Order: sequence, then structure tokens, then C-alpha cells
Amino acid sequence: MSLLLVPTREDEAADMIRAAAEAKRSLAISGGNTRSGFGQQVEAQGVLRSAGLSGIVAYDPAEMVVTARAGTPVAEIEEALAENGQMLAFEPMDHRPVMGTTGEPTIGGIFATNTSGPRRFVAGAARDSLLGVRYINGRGEVLRAGGRVMKNVTGLDLVKLLAGSFGTLGFLTEVTFRVLPRPQDQRTIILSGLDDGEATRAMAIAMSLSVEVSGAAHLPESVRGRFLNATLPDGPATVLRLEGLAASVAVRAEKLISTLQSLAPISQLDAEESRVLWQEIRDVKPYADGTMKPLWKVSVAPTSGFQLVAALRLRAGIDCFYDWQGGLLWMRMESEPEGELVRHVMHQIGGGHATLVRASVDMRATENAFEPLPAAVLALQARIKSQMDPAGIFNPGKMARG
Amino acid sequence: MSDVISFLQPREKVLARRSTIIADLADLLPADCLVHEPRELVPFETDAFVAYRRLPLAVVLPHNTAQVAAVLKYCHRYGVPVVPRGAGTSLCGGAIPQEDAIVIGLSKMSRILEVDFANRTATVQAGVTNLSISDMVGPEGYFYAPDPSSQLACTIGGNIAMNSGGAHCLKYGVTTNNLLGVKMVLMDGTVIDLGGKHLDSAGYDLLGLVCGSEGQLGIVTEATVRLIAKPEGARPVLFGFTSSEEAGACVADVIGAGIIPVAIEFMDKPAIEICEAFAKAGYPLDVEALLIVEVEGSEAEMEAMLASIVEIARRHGVKTVRESQSATEAALIWKGRKSAFGATGRIADYICMDGTVPLSQLSYVLKRTGEIAEGFGLRVANVFHAGDGNMHPLILFNANDPVEAAKAEAAGNEILKLCVDAGGCLTGEHGVGIEKRDLMLHQYTRAELDQQIRVREAFDGQWLLNPSKVFPLDGRPQTAGAA
Ligand SMILES: Cc1cc2nc3c(=O)[nH]c(=O)nc-3n(C[C@H](O)[C@H](O)[C@H](O)COP(=O)(O)OP(=O)(O)OC[C@H]3O[C@@H](n4cnc5c(N)ncnc54)[C@H](O)[C@@H]3O)c2cc1C
Ligand SMILES: Cc1cc2nc3c(=O)[nH]c(=O)nc-3n(C[C@H](O)[C@H](O)[C@H](O)COP(=O)(O)OP(=O)(O)OC[C@H]3O[C@@H](n4cnc5c(N)ncnc54)[C@H](O)[C@@H]3O)c2cc1C
Repeated sequence: MSLLLVPTREDEAADMIRAAAEAKRSLAISGGNTRSGFGQQVEAQGVLRSAGLSGIVAYDPAEMVVTARAGTPVAEIEEALAENGQMLAFEPMDHRPVMGTTGEPTIGGIFATNTSGPRRFVAGAARDSLLGVRYINGRGEVLRAGGRVMKNVTGLDLVKLLAGSFGTLGFLTEVTFRVLPRPQDQRTIILSGLDDGEATRAMAIAMSLSVEVSGAAHLPESVRGRFLNATLPDGPATVLRLEGLAASVAVRAEKLISTLQSLAPISQLDAEESRVLWQEIRDVKPYADGTMKPLWKVSVAPTSGFQLVAALRLRAGIDCFYDWQGGLLWMRMESEPEGELVRHVMHQIGGGHATLVRASVDMRATENAFEPLPAAVLALQARIKSQMDPAGIFNPGKMARG
Repeated sequence: MSDVISFLQPREKVLARRSTIIADLADLLPADCLVHEPRELVPFETDAFVAYRRLPLAVVLPHNTAQVAAVLKYCHRYGVPVVPRGAGTSLCGGAIPQEDAIVIGLSKMSRILEVDFANRTATVQAGVTNLSISDMVGPEGYFYAPDPSSQLACTIGGNIAMNSGGAHCLKYGVTTNNLLGVKMVLMDGTVIDLGGKHLDSAGYDLLGLVCGSEGQLGIVTEATVRLIAKPEGARPVLFGFTSSEEAGACVADVIGAGIIPVAIEFMDKPAIEICEAFAKAGYPLDVEALLIVEVEGSEAEMEAMLASIVEIARRHGVKTVRESQSATEAALIWKGRKSAFGATGRIADYICMDGTVPLSQLSYVLKRTGEIAEGFGLRVANVFHAGDGNMHPLILFNANDPVEAAKAEAAGNEILKLCVDAGGCLTGEHGVGIEKRDLMLHQYTRAELDQQIRVREAFDGQWLLNPSKVFPLDGRPQTAGAA
């Protein structure tokens, strides 16, 4: 019998969790109820939703800090920020297009999953922007971690631990995070015709310059046409984003182009096209294809990405594009998830981690969605979990199989 | 200074076995790794928080991770406390040992293992100094961003343990934002790798948890850090304001205008006077507050940014504006600020506080800080990183006068509590250590602290790692620190 719990106050949520802990009744935690299965299937006796805990609590643009209840829709946050010319630096992706889900992503869900987009490789992940949280542990205690200041080394940084813990350690009720000024201007430089290896080298060169590239992606020919309504120039597109004050962007673009022009034909996108392109990259547009074909998100050292893809291509049907200077691979498999193969090759080229973001229910039942961990780390995680959630009621089975 | 901070009772069983322990360690390690003559232990009895000192049982200076693991495994088996140590520049007593503890110093592990420019990473041993990374990669146009003022001496291991930051972290973040991976040894001798050259990691963010954990969770032996391409140029501008409110409002407006300088440093009148008398940097003496704002980029970019910033400062009635026209002028502007601690040390003894407050509370906290010091009959000078609200009130006193010393300590505690009450925290970069351990319950509820303690115990159930630090001695679980 599945119970739906939607507290509207923090203390009410604490009571519900305490009662569940006493009864050893497990709870699946969800934000916007975009619950279609990501991660391992959670078998829980109840569902605890943050949707009733909604609204911005405090926002002072001059301080660049926002406090919001966990169930606040991300859209509401983004709107408030836009009104003040600010943004979430980590550029969180909207997973709905690629997952084919509906519902309202919440700000708590963003931090609980540590979801970050293209700017992550220079501006940090969601967890880097998260300054403080209020949360309820598995004993039903309402607790705080961190605060609302950027620098804080007072005790253990449980904020980082909770970020990306996928609701297995605590129920977030309120999050406080840092925001940044929205860049006045942006543009994207496109290098056309490079193969994956050449593109990787070009992106590394771009990152070695003092031009502050804030997006570096490579879109092979197989996906190029699925961005910007197929208006990118012919051939694979290696795209580099510059953002900032208008004067800065112009100066940096000139420098970037003069350094890279011997490598490939170069063209540019203006601010508006650039904005659309990076949103499409962020939301993995090419694979928002209405299918449930297995989709992997793999994070490796930037220069290893193309080697991983080259090695896999010999043995599996994959389609792929690169973000984060080549270190983030979005890979769609033609039929099976091929998890073992992906991970085997990934470890051969120097390691990283692979997450199965999308797959059919059947495939998810047999494939590990998260990267398997070494035994010592797994044991440590299990001890941490039991210190935060001793009765093991939160999202059982979500992160680790078994 | 007064002896108000207490240490744990040394474990009798450990003290009683001292010679056996030393003999066992001598078997485990090459001869050059073990220090145990009392005379040789003296350099390890304290760190930069010199008010307190204790001779350790022995000091181990390993060459590699395997030796660290062997020693920890041994100490775990026999219940011997361990204190990790980098360069000993901690300002909160984080590396001060006890009579029953083995200090594990990472100073011999000071090799840069790999520099990978294409991936913009450097992998180093934990005992490498902060500055040596930037020195190594500088000629290729890169740097390692976190820049604590102690960077010439302090180690990456210590930086990770303290999550250190510096003047430039407004733009680039602190250690945790620039750390990609570590190799570390758990108390039972298990070696684990967290992160690597890739971004983020599978499972819980243990790397984020380890950063800033003050040697409570394990000993870091290697680290992979992020390198950043050096900006084309950097240029500071100096502003003098007739009130600290105006200076504070100027900071808020610069940020509100969408400009993130790399550094915004603030000095109040006492600090300006002290620094100017020492550094002769040409600071204006007829103002109440001074800001140093630094921007980076190409000439054209810096011009544009500085023009906007100066415009904003004028709106706040700025009295002095000094734009540096040359590298020499830029160095002079920074010279006064950088000599703040040294200059203060020449005129008086001082304790340097390290609270952080929300930007909107800056003026209020500055005013109250002055009142608190005055209430104790003491002087205070304020120098701090205004962009992120990290305050460093320097409380001046005479260390030869025990009454005044006790007052300075009490005033310091009041100021830290003030920071917490204003929505900030006890420490922004120096850490809790033994210094602020007993104030933790001012910032956290008992239940909040207990949750941190339980997470700590997932790593080290016997409380052998740096045991008298960070968490108040009372209220620990019964097993903790048992003799
Ligand atoms: C590559 C990728 C793919 C993803 N795919 C999916 C997907 O298919 N389905 C999906 O639901 N999400 C998915 N996510 C997460 C999703 O993109 C974002 O986190 C989004 O914000 C979801 O918001 P939500 O409110 O709908 O959270 P939910 O989808 O309801 O929850 C997402 C996760 O966060 C936890 N969580 C949510 N709110 C809280 C809270 N207040 N306290 C503690 N834990 C909480 C949940 O237990 C769950 O583990 C994915 C993330 C990534 C990076
Ligand atoms: C003049 C001066 C200026 C300073 N300015 C700044 C500043 O601007 N910003 C700032 O953040 N700090 C500053 N500090 C404080 C200090 O330099 C930092 O905390 C520094 O990170 C300590 O590094 P260390 O190598 O000296 O570590 P130590 O002092 O030796 O140790 C510090 C702590 O780290 C632990 N530790 C050390 N190495 C390891 C390891 N390998 N594994 C696990 N734990 C370990 C120790 O147990 C201890 O708890 C300053 C200090 C001085 C004296």
C-alpha cells in the first residue's frame, strides 16, 4: 500500500519522517514528481514530496544569494533571477525533453542530483553554488548545514555530502545558493570540419588562452543537423562560447579566432543564436528523440573522451556528442546499454564515471545506472548512510544495487 | 596567553607503551622517517597558533602513501592518536599534537607528480607547497587559483584540510572548487582514490566532504588540482571613502552591476594607518575606509571594467581614486594590504579573527566589532575580503599582560559570536581547530553537531585522527577519546 505524503510545513515533514522511521516504513523522496525512473528502481512503501514546501524565502541581488524552499519550481527561481539580471552559474539541464517526462523540476531536485550544464567545467557544479541547506535526516531531526556565506569552514561540509545524494541521506526542505550576474553579451565561435581528435586538441588550445571560454563542445556530423534547426555550417561543429561585458567578448573573440583560424574554417553565432545553441546542448537535444534508446552520460578527462568513443565504436552501435571540452560524453546506444563494455573501456583510458540516464524499464532492471564503486568506498558510503538514515528509510536501493 | 583551551587526557595505555611504539615504528619505516628525541620533537609541538604547545610522542615523516598506510594501520590497531601535519601554518591550532599522538608530517612528500596542460590538471604529493604549483606551471601560462597569504609555506594537504582561500577567491573559488581528486589513507590503513582528472564523481561527494575536514577523516597523500590559464593582465584600483557604509554600498553596487572583480579588499582607518606607517604605499590617511578592487583581462577589458567601477565609486562619494598606471604602482597598492599582518605585529601583539558575514551585514558588524573591542579597552584593526564577507579583525593587545591577553581572547569570542548572530559563521578560512572548538555550539544546535560527529565516526570510529580538534570535548559519544 503506497502512501503519498505532501507536507506543507517543515515540522510536519519531520513528524512524517519520524513516524516512518519508527515504523521502518521506507519513503521514496521526490521533488516535482518527474519521477519516471532515473537511477535504480526504488521500492518504497510511501512517497514523500517536497511540492508543498515552495517559495523563495529570501533574495538579495546585491549579495548574489537566494534562499528557497526545496519544492520551488526551478522556473520560478529562474524568472526571479532573470528579473534581476542574474542566473544559476552551473546552468542546470532540463531533463524533460530527453527523458520524455512532464512535471515541474524543483530547485531541491536540482541540488539533490547535483545537476549541472555546459558551464560546469569552468564555473563549478550545482554543489559549488550551494551554500547551505535545511534538511531532515532519517531520524526526523530538522537540521542545517552550511549557511548563507560563500566562505565557511566551520565543521564538516555536509552541504557537499547532501548535494548529489539523490535523496538517500536526507530530505531537503530549504536550499541557499549563490547566483551570478547574467553576462551582458555572448557569442559562439564555430570551427567546422574537425574530426573528434582534432576538435579535442582545438578545445584544449582554446582553454589554454586567457579568453575565458565558458562553453566548449564538439558536435560530430551525425548530430550537427539536430541543433539550431540544421543551420550550423556543413561538417562537424566545434563550438566555443564567450560571455561577459560586450567589450570583453569582442576582444576575446578576436584573439580566439586569430589563434585558431589555421585549424579550420571559422564562423560565429550572435548572442541570440548562441543562447539557443547552448540551451540545446544543455538539454541534450539530439537525443530528445522520443525513444527510450539507452543514453549514457560519461565524465572522463577532457582529452580521453574521443579515445573512449573511438574504442567503443569498433564494438557497439553508438551516436555521441561532447561537452565540457571533450570530457562529457552524451552517448546514445543503438540497442543494448552495453554497460559493461562502456565501463571497461572507460577504465582502460584512465577512468571516470558513467551514468545510464535513460533506458527502458527492462534494461534498467539489469543495468547499473550509477558507476559501481570500489569496495572500500562502498563500505564507507554504507557507514555514512547509516549515520544519516539509520533505519534506511530514504530511497532504498536508489544509488547502490542490492 | 591564558590556558582556557583544554586538551583531552592523554591515553595512559599509549603513554605507557611509548618505547614499544617507537621501536615498532622504527621497524616499519626507514630510519630517516622517524623522529623521537625530545629535542627533535620541539619544532612539531605547535603551529602558527603558538599560544598552545604539546610535545608529541613521536613524529613520522613518510616518503610515500604506503608508509602512511602502514603507520595508520599500526596506530589503528593499538589505539594511538594521529595528527596530520603539513607546514604547520594553521592559525587555529589544527596541527598541534598531544603527548600521546604520532604526528604524521607530509613535508617529505613534496613532488609534483604530473602536470597535464591539455587537461589543465596537476597531480602532486600532499606536502607540495601551494605556491610551487603556480611557480611550476607559470611559464606555460597557467596558475593554481586558491592563494592563501601563507602560500609560500603552506602545503596542498593543509589547504585541502582547511579548504583554504585567498584574496582572489571571489572569482575563482576556494580549494574545494579547484580540487579534482585525492588519494587518501583512512585511519585503518585503507587507501582510497576519490575523483581524478574527470569532473564530479560517482556516489556521494566524499571529495567535497574531505575538503575542509581538518584532518578528521583521513590523511591526504596526493591531490589532483585544476589549473587555469593566466589572465592577460591584472590591475588594481584603490578607493578611499569617508565612511565604511559608503565603501560597503559601493561593493554591493559593483556586484549588482554584474561585474565580478577578482578581488575586493577592505581596510578600516586603524588598518590603513598601521599599513601605511609600515609599507609607505601612499594610502590616503584622511579617509575612513579603503577598498582595493582588482580586475583582470586584456587592456581593453580592464579599461572598460575600471571605468564602470570608478563610476560607481563616484556615486558613493569616493574621496580618493588611484588607478595604477604601471606594474610598480600596482605592486605598491597591494604592498600595503599584503603587509597588514606583519605591520600590525610590529606595533602590538594581535589575534587575527576569521569570521564571515553576509555582505548586507558588513557595516553593522564593523560598527559592533569596534564597540566590542572598545568595551574591553582594546583596539581593533579590520582588513578583509569584502567580496565574500570574510572578516579579519585584528585585536591588538599586549601579550605580556595576562589580563589584557584574556580580554583579547574574550573580545575575539564575542566578535565571532556576533558574526554568527548576523547570519555568518565562525570561520571562513582558518578553520576551527582547537581555537574555535568550544564555540561550535554557538553556530550549531546539539543535533546538528551530533550529525557531523556521526559522519566523522563513519571514517574513524575510535576518534584517533586529530582527536581534540573541531568538535567540543563534551558531548562526544562515550567511546570517543576514551583512554
Ligand atoms: C543526466 C540526468 C538525468 C536525469 N534524469 C532524471 C529522470 O529521468 N527522472 C528524474 O526524476 N530525475 C532525473 N534527473 C534529475 C533531474 O534532472 C533534476 O534533478 C530535476 O531537478 C528533477 O527535479 P524534480 O524536482 O523533478 O526531482 P525528482 O525527479 O522528483 O527527484 C530527483 C532526485 O532528487 C531527489 N530529491 C528530490 N527532491 C528532494 C528533496 N527535497 N530532498 C532530498 N532529495 C530530493 C529524489 O529522491 C530523486 O533521487 C536527472 C538528472 C541528470 C543529471
Ligand atoms: C601568515 C599566515 C597567513 C595565512 N593566510 C591564510 C589565508 O589567506 N587563507 C587561508 O585560508 N589560510 C591562511 N592561513 C592559514 C594556513 O596557512 C592554512 O590553513 C593552510 O592551509 C595550512 O596549511 P599547512 O600545510 O601549514 O597545514 P598545517 O598547519 O600543518 O595543518 C593544518 C590542518 O590540516 C591538517 N592536515 C595537514 N596536512 C594534511 C593532510 N595531508 N591530510 C589531512 N590533514 C592534513 C592538520 O591536521 C591540521 O588540522 C595563514 C596562515 C599564516 C601563518
